Amino acid sequence: MKRSRFILAAGAALVLPLAPLVAQDSMPPAPYAYRQLPDPAQEAKAQALMETLRCLKCQSQSIADSDASMAGDMRNEVRTRIAAGEQPEAIRQWLIDRYGDYVSYTPQVKPLTWPLFAAPAVFLALAALLLRGRFRRANLRKDKP
Amino acid sequence: MIAELGLAILWMAAALAVLQLVAGALALRPQGAGMVGVVRPVAVAQGVLVALSFAALITLFVTTDLSVKLVAENSHSAKPLIFKIAGTWGNHEGSMLLWVTIMSLAGGFVALVERRLPEKTLIATLAAQAFVSLGFYAFLLLASNPFARLPQPAPEGAGLNPLLQDIGLAFHPPTLYVGYVGLSIAFSFAVGALITRDVGPAFARAMRPWVLGAWIFLTVGITAGSYWAYYTLGWGGWWFWDPVENASLMPWLAATALLHSVSVLAARNALRAWTVMLGVIAFSMSMVGTFLVRSGILTSVHAFAVDPARGSFILALLAIYIGGALLLFALRAGTVTEGARFAFVSREAALVFNNVMLCGILGIVLVGTLYPLLTEAFGVKVSVGPPYFNPVSAIFAFPMLVVMAVGPLLRWKDDRGGRVAPVLAVPALLAVAVAGAAFASGVNTLPALGLGLGAGLALASLLPLRGRNLRRTPLPVWGMVVSHLGLAVAAMGMASESAFSIEKLAALTPGETRQVGPYALTLDRIDPVAGPNWTALQATVSARYAGGDAVVLTPQARVFANPPGTRTESALKTRWNGQLYVVLGEEGDDGRWQMRFWWKPFVPLIWLGGLLVGLGGLLALVGRVARDVKRLVAIDKITFRRERQGR
Repeated sequence: MKRSRFILAAGAALVLPLAPLVAQDSMPPAPYAYRQLPDPAQEAKAQALMETLRCLKCQSQSIADSDASMAGDMRNEVRTRIAAGEQPEAIRQWLIDRYGDYVSYTPQVKPLTWPLFAAPAVFLALAALLLRGRFRRANLRKDKP
Repeated sequence: MIAELGLAILWMAAALAVLQLVAGALALRPQGAGMVGVVRPVAVAQGVLVALSFAALITLFVTTDLSVKLVAENSHSAKPLIFKIAGTWGNHEGSMLLWVTIMSLAGGFVALVERRLPEKTLIATLAAQAFVSLGFYAFLLLASNPFARLPQPAPEGAGLNPLLQDIGLAFHPPTLYVGYVGLSIAFSFAVGALITRDVGPAFARAMRPWVLGAWIFLTVGITAGSYWAYYTLGWGGWWFWDPVENASLMPWLAATALLHSVSVLAARNALRAWTVMLGVIAFSMSMVGTFLVRSGILTSVHAFAVDPARGSFILALLAIYIGGALLLFALRAGTVTEGARFAFVSREAALVFNNVMLCGILGIVLVGTLYPLLTEAFGVKVSVGPPYFNPVSAIFAFPMLVVMAVGPLLRWKDDRGGRVAPVLAVPALLAVAVAGAAFASGVNTLPALGLGLGAGLALASLLPLRGRNLRRTPLPVWGMVVSHLGLAVAAMGMASESAFSIEKLAALTPGETRQVGPYALTLDRIDPVAGPNWTALQATVSARYAGGDAVVLTPQARVFANPPGTRTESALKTRWNGQLYVVLGEEGDDGRWQMRFWWKPFVPLIWLGGLLVGLGGLLALVGRVARDVKRLVAIDKITFRRERQGR
């Protein structure tokens, strides 16, 4: 069909100049943004850390899940530092110092987040209370003839 | 013209909702008998009118009427027809109109078919339903008119976000909305029953199909949404504990608890107050979800402040409905007794335990989702993500899986643990063996436990069928078995994905090969291709599983022009034992192409399990409705005979 051929031609004309433009997005891509560390143990460590760091430019994605150039730079940073032998938690702290608590998907324990960590305990206690009351009543009933 | 007509019809529907509320309230008074006949027809008419109004909006999108603001801002003349239609609800105003449409249609349907409930309770239910929908009418008509015109027609529409131009969008939001709205019906039933103080098995049986229906749609909606995120976002993630996802998960958790407690109420006349409470919570959660998604508060508290009218409106609705319902509950709860009692070891007790566990997970998700908003108010932005949600929800989820295996085997009212223990020995051993083996081979604690519990539960979920004649087993029993099996299957899929996924990032020139798990992957070539409103670079990749024949995969990197944007189109190859996931990235300076590969063993089990859960719900629904229809026909016959004899 004529129309589809036109679209194809237009498409090719559009894609060809766009491709380098897209590539330019993150000027020279950081070396470890899209490359894994050669040592699988180190890469696993880096991966585990990256999954718990927030991509600051995206909505609710970790830097391990994002094409944003900033996420790429952060992946590079994490992999480089892991390769240099830094501990994951030290890297996290470094990033928090730079970007604030927001960057870490693992909430930091501090007075402001105490309620967050108390929540599971509170819910567990509530659940125990609720169940206990119900079952105690049930048992009382059972004792009666 | 169509826009004005749609708006006029919407106003008329809102007026009918007012009438439905007032007539309903009057009919409930002792001297209000004259109003009884009004409520049902009005509810039906209201449903029809809103549907017409929604049809008008769809027409505007299909014809791309650019003088309408909403169309100009969200559509484009060059968009494929299916996305023009789906674009109707791919925006704020349209999705709210869709919400009201589904809600009023459902209300009209209740008015048409419901005959088990005492007339007064039904009228109270329809009045409550009108009250809820009025809030949404007000929201639409006063704060987000979908039919507003532009002073000057736009030359061309702004288009739809490329991420949303996907067949998943066409079905995802309506599916979730049907679920939310089904819960609003359950809520209205609960309020109606509270008003007339008539909480019992008849009420539970009337409410159950709606809860079941809502729950099926939520299940399928969440499953589909997760798969959609999995293949469109291009990084192999399937659940992000994103607030929007949590907004759909919370009503599901509450609905799951409600579904089980409604069944106890219907079968055993127990858990009355608890069921009503869960009805209120379930709808509250869908309102909280709507508020989170629609107010813009998620991106940040500041985005909320930019357009506070809408957010405040939903917040006010939320306060009125939930506050009002809780107040009513508090006033009436004393008069609603808990009903029949049961022992510590009984099916009811197992159901109560899991209800509490579900509420525990719900509480965790709610706190984790809202906490960042809270700290932002104190000037500190924090993130709460998978490292919090995964282990903390597991505290409640794992005991729940154990009790799920045991509960269906217990008898109602009173049972002995010793009776079921021998039957459960095999699944328990299987669970321990699988978890132990996974643990020994270096799998982390959570996925190892997930694998073990999933395997044990999968086996145990089939046990209720033992000793039964499979042909004569009632459909609801099949439904329970299939749903529980589905949850076990999904749990194994999740654990397997987390434990065994292999990720490989590679920079390839055409002709190069990489090994990823059992697959050898060769990049054959890169070509430009074009679609109706996008252009793309497409990689052709040959994948050989364990040295076998090549399968061709074609991942794309798409570029959209209206509005400008990019989207990776991942290519998937599903096998019985896992899924290969291939993504094309950018071209590097050295002419190599960045490619991302994942081999995810058994990952499709996540969505297969989700679908099984939904299928189980469907079986139960069909079984229940068929039985109800049979009973109604029988009652009709009896009344008919009596009338004839009376003559």
